[in-house]
Amino acid sequence: MLPSSFEYVAPTSVDEAVQALATGGGDAKIMAGGQSLLPMMKLRLASPSLIVDINNIAGLDTLEESDGMLRIGALVRHGELERSELIRDRYPIILDAAQHIADPLIRNRGTFCGSVAHGDPAGDWATVATALGAELHAVGPNGAVVHSAADFQTSMFETKLGADQILVEARIPMPKPGQGSAYKKIERKVGDYAAAAVGVSIVLDGTTITEASIGLTNVGPLTIHAAAAAASLIGKSIDDAEAIEQAGVLAAAASDPVSDLRGPADYKRDLVRVLTKRALRTAGTRAQGKEA
Amino acid sequence: MSGKMAITTTVNGEEHEVLVEPRMLLVNMIRESLHETGTHIGCDTSSCGACTVLLDGRPVKSCTILAVQANGREITTVEGLETADGLHPVQEGFKEEHGLQCGYCTPGMMMTSVALLAENPDPSEDDIRKAISGNLCRCTGYVNIVKAVQYAAKKQQGVTA
Repeated sequence: MLPSSFEYVAPTSVDEAVQALATGGGDAKIMAGGQSLLPMMKLRLASPSLIVDINNIAGLDTLEESDGMLRIGALVRHGELERSELIRDRYPIILDAAQHIADPLIRNRGTFCGSVAHGDPAGDWATVATALGAELHAVGPNGAVVHSAADFQTSMFETKLGADQILVEARIPMPKPGQGSAYKKIERKVGDYAAAAVGVSIVLDGTTITEASIGLTNVGPLTIHAAAAAASLIGKSIDDAEAIEQAGVLAAAASDPVSDLRGPADYKRDLVRVLTKRALRTAGTRAQGKEA
Repeated sequence: MSGKMAITTTVNGEEHEVLVEPRMLLVNMIRESLHETGTHIGCDTSSCGACTVLLDGRPVKSCTILAVQANGREITTVEGLETADGLHPVQEGFKEEHGLQCGYCTPGMMMTSVALLAENPDPSEDDIRKAISGNLCRCTGYVNIVKAVQYAAKKQQGVTA
């Protein structure tokens, strides 16, 4: 299957890429890993007139901590996150998610930023970015723009990223003392999207939860920021089973799944409840410096 | 530029200059422009891994990469595995352990296995099964494929030890 014909440019700087995008008149698409875009083009679900391939832009493969932030450049592939010692040591939620995105071959090509910019509610990274309070740094014709991950998606496959903007980097605050995080996903088989998945990040003072953030994957038209569920945990003990159950119930209430081949809506809603509890327990164990 | 573009790509160590339409897929260029038909088109939807090749050393699905994106890059296909010394240990493993029946998935399966062993010379069965989880085989049940990779790992370690 071939995509429709398109023009192709492969600029070597972000500025050139922004200029190229402008010539596309809103119909151009950025290609990083292309693991979502190209299948959509082959199925003719997308037919951009111009592809701006950013794979030849040096410096977009940054994966490092600086100035209090983890920086994930637009060309950092899922597989690099999966293999990174920095991620393994300090960002367990990212490792959790990276290991179960698509399959190992796709993970060698697809990118973190591309997944977030794609705006698919089934995308795992938008949930992780939401749970970790990521900043999304874009560049457009008027310079740099920073979006917040938590409200980045506006509808299915739509985000606040302007058609003339390129998402160049995600920045995630470095872990605080007492912070723990986890991502729990149920998928039917390797390569499928989640039936449901939950990402959580908490900060503990002793056993008391002082900060919490919860994101939900593929259980609604958007990546869901389960703010009420997270707020219900503040001041509670991580060992308080009732509080954890209550957060699960509130997260499930925030979800809005549809029945499909991955299961009926009621089942998915209950998955959210259970996965939220599991993710909170794992994050709590990690926050306390234990293996999980 | 939806007309043809000239790209230079290295396939199995040999540099090629190829004219490609931007929408041409890497797998089509390998099979139709370079006439290397060992790389198979299976599902053509990024699901099965039959089209797996190494792009700068990493296994990827060549049905989900544009041929123009191979410009300046290095590709290895199944044809690049055999040397003057004979079959690659992974090829030998698939032969010795009967790691194939119809053979359709085999080139992709082998490219993924070659990349696994380059990174992890002594993989556990679990490591092997995870590594090939993006390559589908509808004949073997995977048991002999796992054995084939284990055979190749032993053989490679024996050679280098």
